[in-house]
Amino acid sequence: MSKPEFIYVTYIETTPEKLWEALTSSEFSRKYWFGTELQSNWKIGSSFALVTNGVTSDVGEVLEFDRPRRLSYTFNHILRDDLRNAEPTKVVFTLEPHGHLVKLTLTHEGFAGADKLRNAISAGWPAILSSLKSLLETGNPLAIPRAALGKEVQSS
Amino acid sequence: MNLDHFKPLTVYTIYIASTPEKVWEALTSAEFSRKYFFGNAVEIELKVGGAYIVRTPDGSLQISGEVIACDPPRRLSVTFNVNWPELIEKLGPTLVTYEIEPAGEAVRLTMTESHDRPLDDDILSGGRQGWPAILSGLKSLLETGAPLVVKMEPPERMLAALKKLGIKTP
Repeated sequence: MSKPEFIYVTYIETTPEKLWEALTSSEFSRKYWFGTELQSNWKIGSSFALVTNGVTSDVGEVLEFDRPRRLSYTFNHILRDDLRNAEPTKVVFTLEPHGHLVKLTLTHEGFAGADKLRNAISAGWPAILSSLKSLLETGNPLAIPRAALGKEVQSS
Repeated sequence: MNLDHFKPLTVYTIYIASTPEKVWEALTSAEFSRKYFFGNAVEIELKVGGAYIVRTPDGSLQISGEVIACDPPRRLSVTFNVNWPELIEKLGPTLVTYEIEPAGEAVRLTMTESHDRPLDDDILSGGRQGWPAILSGLKSLLETGAPLVVKMEPPERMLAALKKLGIKTP
């Protein structure tokens, strides 16, 4: 097994069911993921896509869908040549009840030397998951423009 | 203090709907820190060379260090040494740096834990377990006004690794 190359943990005051919905619904994702819609029917083996304003930036395949515990999909950037990776990378979300909170763990692995892609996702995930946490806890996502994340992700 | 040999071994970034001034206050005030840092009180003398102390809820000294960089409300760097016998002798000092930057209408807080020597993942697992809970709590406190209260199990993996090195842990 390859070592996870990006790990992010956060604790959210919500229920696993609500967090699961936020991680799989395009209506939710538009609010916390820079306006991006998650598109999939979420059946194992089905296609997965990230679409922003009608433009598809990433495509993949649903690997695991164990509601409300574990979700995983492959992830392949198709928009920018400099962020392409030889193989699809893999994203895994684990949701664990933690007292009255939920511990959310994200691992993103499989960057076969694609440092630019790794840097871009390392800058992106903390903003996306911070905004998701705000949305679930306060009802409002964070207003962070992509341009505020740093140069790796500015033009994507 | 010579920082040339320090390398970042753990980095955690979180975005908060707040102002840099409020994030700075939350990081440097005992009253705030008790609410998100497992009840611990941060006491800091806000000048380079000033003392940095963290006390547990019963008042005992948990972490002691020194302010290395202090640029409110942008950058705070402190040595962050857990007060366990022989820990600093065997593992060297820990340097914690907080960077606070505006990001759109939010604030980006980046915590970097640096060390002057390579340390294995077992030793680092304690911090890697703690920081996400502490900083998730800080974010919730600033955004909702209510603390998160993340109950943590003791960092068994780190404690076992320290024991192997002959470091006495509580």
